[in-house]
Amino acid sequence: MDLILPDFGLLVWTGLVFSLLLFLLAKFAWKPILSAVNAREQKIAEALELAEKTKAEMQALKAENDQILKTARAERDGILKEAKEAANGMVEEAKTKAKEEAAKIVEAARQNISSEKAAAMADLKNHVAALSLEIAEKVIRQELSADDKQKALADKLATEIKMN
Amino acid sequence: MQQAGRLTSLLQYILFALSFLVFQPVARASEEGNFNVGEMIMHHIKDAHEWHVAGPEHGGISVYLPVIIYDNGLKVFSSKHFYHGLEVEVPGKDGAKYTYMEGVGPAKGYALYHEEIYKLEQIGNYHGQPVSVLEFHGEHPHNASPLDLSITKNVASLLMGSFLILIIMLSVARFYRKNGAVAPKGAAKFLEPLIVMVRDDIAKANIDHHKYHKYVPYLLTIFFFIWINNMLGLIPIIPAGANLTGNITITLFLAFCTLLVTVFSGNKNYWGHIFWMPGIPVPMKIFMIPIELIGILTKPFALMIRLFANITAGHIIVLALISIIFINKNVAWAGLSVPMALFISVLEILVAFLQGFLFAMLSALFIGAAVEEAHH
Amino acid sequence: MTGMFGSIAAIGAGLSVLGAGLGIGRIGGSAVEGIARNPEAAGKIQTAMIIAAALIEGVALFGVVVGLLGAKA
Repeated sequence: MDLILPDFGLLVWTGLVFSLLLFLLAKFAWKPILSAVNAREQKIAEALELAEKTKAEMQALKAENDQILKTARAERDGILKEAKEAANGMVEEAKTKAKEEAAKIVEAARQNISSEKAAAMADLKNHVAALSLEIAEKVIRQELSADDKQKALADKLATEIKMN
Repeated sequence: MQQAGRLTSLLQYILFALSFLVFQPVARASEEGNFNVGEMIMHHIKDAHEWHVAGPEHGGISVYLPVIIYDNGLKVFSSKHFYHGLEVEVPGKDGAKYTYMEGVGPAKGYALYHEEIYKLEQIGNYHGQPVSVLEFHGEHPHNASPLDLSITKNVASLLMGSFLILIIMLSVARFYRKNGAVAPKGAAKFLEPLIVMVRDDIAKANIDHHKYHKYVPYLLTIFFFIWINNMLGLIPIIPAGANLTGNITITLFLAFCTLLVTVFSGNKNYWGHIFWMPGIPVPMKIFMIPIELIGILTKPFALMIRLFANITAGHIIVLALISIIFINKNVAWAGLSVPMALFISVLEILVAFLQGFLFAMLSALFIGAAVEEAHH
Repeated sequence: MTGMFGSIAAIGAGLSVLGAGLGIGRIGGSAVEGIARNPEAAGKIQTAMIIAAALIEGVALFGVVVGLLGAKA
């Protein structure tokens, strides 16, 4: 029965000790502990926020870098293209020039050849004409040794000329 | 791992040995054939003016605590003068015989019966010497009691437990004061999650966000006071092992504190709900007033009973299981009763934490209801 | 006579324990079911479960205390 009846002496002691404990703990333990824990939590929150901000900044910076890189790349590509075009143009020009030159040379050679050929032909003609004359002189000399022969020849020649 | 295993078996051995040490008086009594389990258990879980360590109940090894009584002036003396006093047996009115201890030396004129101090009454003279006895009408003495402010077993345990809490928490506070807002180490590392749990899961979760700060120190103190004293109560040897949080006086005081905090934090909305419940017809409003008023008291009353009954029941179960050995008068029963008692003791470690948590949680719930603003 | 009271008190305590056991069993079962359905809410369910169990246990302990009163220790 007295197990569930409060005891006055113990109640007084409990009141005294617990009140003192509450006061001392609240003042000297909970206050510094809670303020330190709160401060740390705030610090962590701030650090996290800072990290987030830094991350965003980094992202912005990265985007900017990417932009710059992109323009640089585009510029480089442009330059390369231009250079390639210029080179191509130069090669093309050189090729045409060379072709023209070659054509000129060929033309010149052809003219040369044809003129040489003409000269050679003229020479050959002259030579053949001289030879023919000589041969004709010899033949005529023989033919003209008799009259009938002379006449036959004249006929013959006349037909030949006619035929021609 | 192996080391831990060895440690565990060592602990088991110590517990086993201790159980024999503590229950030696019981074993003696059982040899006489009048072992009473109920009496032994009640003796253990109730308050006392001595702190029994080992040996028979009378004349064994005990720490005699100071008796402080106020009876026409403050009197302070050792309880030894009771326990080593005169054993007196008197017949009661109902014919039963009652045995009490009459004080000697500075305790003369007082008697100790069931750990309660009574003033002796002179009933006559015998050979010129005054004869003073306790008069029993029924189970309790008829005599008056002086105001007893003794350092009993529970008061001593209360002082030591509170001192322990203070030392631990001040050392944790010193760590933070010295190191500032850094990651905790040592005791702080272990206790910080609990402190944060009380702050966030108990206070913040149940009390309005703008007001909970004020109640955190109270809830922290309640939680650690109950938890640490519960744990100390589980250690079976001096200077721990008193059934402090299983004492109705302690739980009464703690519940009364919660009642006071709740009543003094109650705002207009809270009292409005008690004295003029909104949303119901007027006759019902009047009818609800006494019910709500009783409700204010039943909540802390349930807190008081819960803590008291849980912790006391834990002590009773462990003692009853150990008593199996002495009831059967055979040490072989230790093979059954010691593992079972060990299992219950481990369960009690969980209960020790849970009861502290619940007391703080429900206190926060009541406070939260008292400070809640109207939202309709 | 007191022994008689003690046994009746023990029966009363046993009955209150029976009721509490049933009640807490139901709470525990429902809580586990709830956690299985919604594992994210496990923390909140556990807290609510502990509070509900404590309230039931409080009622049962009233019975046990009345039993202690009757036992006349």
